[in-house]
Amino acid sequence: MAEPLSPLQPVWQPGRHGNLSGGAGVVLSETHPSSIVQVAAWAGSERAVIEAIREATGLAVPDGAGGGVATRTKAAFGIAPGRFLVVDQAEGLETELRSRIDAGTGSVTGLSHGRTAIRVDGPKAEWVLSKLFAVDFSLTALPVGSGVATQHHDVLAQIQRSAAMRFDLYVFRSLARSFWTTLCHSAEDVGYEVI
Amino acid sequence: MLITCPYCGPRDVSEFTYQGEAGRTRPDPASTDRAAWDGYVYDRLNPAGEHSEYWQHSGGCRAHLLVKRNTLTHEIASVAFAREDQRIHSAGRRGKGARP
Repeated sequence: MAEPLSPLQPVWQPGRHGNLSGGAGVVLSETHPSSIVQVAAWAGSERAVIEAIREATGLAVPDGAGGGVATRTKAAFGIAPGRFLVVDQAEGLETELRSRIDAGTGSVTGLSHGRTAIRVDGPKAEWVLSKLFAVDFSLTALPVGSGVATQHHDVLAQIQRSAAMRFDLYVFRSLARSFWTTLCHSAEDVGYEVI
Repeated sequence: MLITCPYCGPRDVSEFTYQGEAGRTRPDPASTDRAAWDGYVYDRLNPAGEHSEYWQHSGGCRAHLLVKRNTLTHEIASVAFAREDQRIHSAGRRGKGARP
């Protein structure tokens, strides 16, 4: 197995930072999934692709805009019409999906090398993310499991709510360090802990 | 200005890229009709009022959209996936790309 290297390493500062008068409002971390895969269904093949994702991961992705599901080690959610981001802490997901989705059904693109997965967890997670993204992060608009594709300036981000107060962000690896720095600054007012 | 993407819901205009007036019909690539090509490349309706236009949700789901927007008020009457609009491709405003 290759040794994963984080683009955040030069700016990675474990510990508690910012205004901690009320404790750490959010905990920031990297989740290091070994598999990040984008799956696209050709028009009319959406259900077949959703079924292929279920077979490969055991995750039953709801058939609806942004619908998704997250477990401790795996996640999948809609990012566009007929397109899904599928994540696994283990290696081999791309191969599993590719064996179930042929060229007549859709496409499978491995992004494990190209995305960095950042977790924002805590009671102030919505507050911090709302500073960066023009998206409604309330639990009613973005229920647990569902996701959105959005951007912070030119940094595209695919965000899944993996628990009531927890969000997993997938950003371009080449822009991750800059984004992480901005994220830390945005969390200073509520205090944050890097683990 | 908010544009309600059919997939993503209402999003800030900064997530979208304007792609120009909808309904232009590209002349036959083999055509040497200079007026038709001139019309296709340069002529725009530029209305003061409702306007059909293409946008891409480039900062979101990346879908191409057909938006009907009032150029005076920025009120948006409708948003649909561009791929679903067959009418605009089958009945272009300028049949040969010439000026209306």
